[in-house]
Amino acid sequence: MFLKPYARSLAIAASLAVLAGCSSTGGTQDGSAAGSGSGTMGGSGVGTGTAGSGQVSGYGTDGSGQMSDARIPEVRTIYFNYDSDAIRPEFESVVNAHAQYLSRNPNASVVLQGHTDERGTREYNLALGERRAGSVERYLRLQGVNPSQVEVVSYGEERPAARGSNEDAFAQNRRVVFAY
Amino acid sequence: MRALNASWWAGTERRSGGHRRALCKGLASVVTGAMLWLVGPVASADLTIDITRGNERATPIAVVPFADQAGGLPEDIAQVVSDDLERSGYFEPLPRSAMFNQPSSSDDVTYGDWRSLDSRYLVVGSTSQEGGQVKVRYELLDVSGESRLLGETVTASSSDLRGAAHYISDQIFEEITGIRGAFSTRIAYVTSQGVGDNTQYGLYVADADGRNSQQVLTSDEPIMSPAWSPDGGKLAYVSFETERPAIYVQNLATGQRAKLTDFEGLNSAPSWSPDGRRLAMALSRDGQPEIYVMDIGSRNLQRVTNSSSIETEPAWSPDGSSLIFTSDRSGGPQIYRQSVNGGNAERLTYTGSYNARGRLSPDGKTLFLIHRGNNGYQVAKQDLDSGRLVEISDAQQAESPSIAPNGTMVIFATQQGSTGVLGAVTADGRAQFRLPAAQGDVREPSWSPFLN
Repeated sequence: MFLKPYARSLAIAASLAVLAGCSSTGGTQDGSAAGSGSGTMGGSGVGTGTAGSGQVSGYGTDGSGQMSDARIPEVRTIYFNYDSDAIRPEFESVVNAHAQYLSRNPNASVVLQGHTDERGTREYNLALGERRAGSVERYLRLQGVNPSQVEVVSYGEERPAARGSNEDAFAQNRRVVFAY
Repeated sequence: MRALNASWWAGTERRSGGHRRALCKGLASVVTGAMLWLVGPVASADLTIDITRGNERATPIAVVPFADQAGGLPEDIAQVVSDDLERSGYFEPLPRSAMFNQPSSSDDVTYGDWRSLDSRYLVVGSTSQEGGQVKVRYELLDVSGESRLLGETVTASSSDLRGAAHYISDQIFEEITGIRGAFSTRIAYVTSQGVGDNTQYGLYVADADGRNSQQVLTSDEPIMSPAWSPDGGKLAYVSFETERPAIYVQNLATGQRAKLTDFEGLNSAPSWSPDGRRLAMALSRDGQPEIYVMDIGSRNLQRVTNSSSIETEPAWSPDGSSLIFTSDRSGGPQIYRQSVNGGNAERLTYTGSYNARGRLSPDGKTLFLIHRGNNGYQVAKQDLDSGRLVEISDAQQAESPSIAPNGTMVIFATQQGSTGVLGAVTADGRAQFRLPAAQGDVREPSWSPFLN
């Protein structure tokens, strides 16, 4: 399954079960932090830390072997035009693949992370990122995906995929990520 | 460009002045999904200051180095005062190299010397040690009138000499301009370091001159929208530490904090009512982001706006009766005003296609905002009576304007190259400066209320 990329080498891990009937204990733990959790809407890791300890937490799971007939589609990011929440034609097949996966796996769930480029004010961009992810959510619903499988979280311009104030970076940052 | 504090100041400064606030102590926090910590003072995120646009109409003043009878003080108090006054945009301090002599008392001043240097005002002083405390004696002199305007002795601990200097700057500024000084205030801001998934976010507070920075929170998930409570004791902010946005309020003295909202969808843009009892915010729990007001004591929520568009970035009128906010109900973002009790929204901005993140001046007469025009995104101000809008910053990608409590300056986020830095501009746009951090990006400055 999807390993959250910012679970770094230092990561202390928590475990989670993403799919009903699929329990897993993932990652590694060290003595100072531990976590456990279960749920259908992503994971929960619990950690305590003090400044300078260098601890970070993250989580990862391995959901292999429990899926019935589908794997999570490989392409999990789609890009948007400036000031637009319209799904571009070339990404419809990507969204369709996720719709199909979610429909076939009613216990699977996804967080749609909406992002914008850096131009404009942060809080307004947070709202625009939500609108972008919301447009994907509506599309999935029209494809028959159960709304309870989908959650929208906007990051606005706070988590750019690419740095730089140029058109290339802007284009990479205007995106919605399917996070399972 | 003149560098005021060119050197990177890396010492660990502690404050003990009575009017200063101790910040949060190392309180470890237990969170879900992401690691964050609340820690005590560190000096790693101080900001330095570059003046990028001077004010040609600034008043000439000479701040003579104070005679150091205390011996080896860790701060050059007269330099801090001079920097404060220059940074205000109202004054142009005389370079020390131009001074013929350096009197430390009005008794030793020959006014003609200073007239010939075109200084209108003169500040002299001296320091002495007494019982472990430092006594700072200063005088403000009117050169043309050959008269003493101020004379005072300030007592400070040797660890709070910058605080004493800011106090002196406040007195001088108010005596000459008639406007209360805001040099003893603080700013909160957000930092980010690293790239992509390894980004670390931080929330800091520092003195208004960028020094004495202290960490309030760090996280590997975004932190946004810090806002000072009107008493200066708390910050509200948005943290994604649970991998969803939630609004928190944190007591700066104790580090204690509370999560106020974590509704589904957006929990963003907290703004304190002038009486400190309510928070306006943008929530999308009912679909589109709308403006709500929460009574902090009871946690009761009242929905203020009701439309099918985006409403966000609320800010209170100084009298607490109305809110301004950004809405794209007309197609693009524009600023509106509405009574806290509901009613119809009045559109305030009509110049250009992008006007957002408005803040009202302390007298409620001027709207400061981000405006997109031919120069990209700039800080602009609009007179609410005439409706006339003018850009006041000359910056790259200006964001997040925040007004000094005395209304004389606006601090904002901008970019230097591809690095996020803070900028500040006088409310009239005449003087502008930058406060870069030594490393990483800095943004979302929030100017504290008066703290003394």
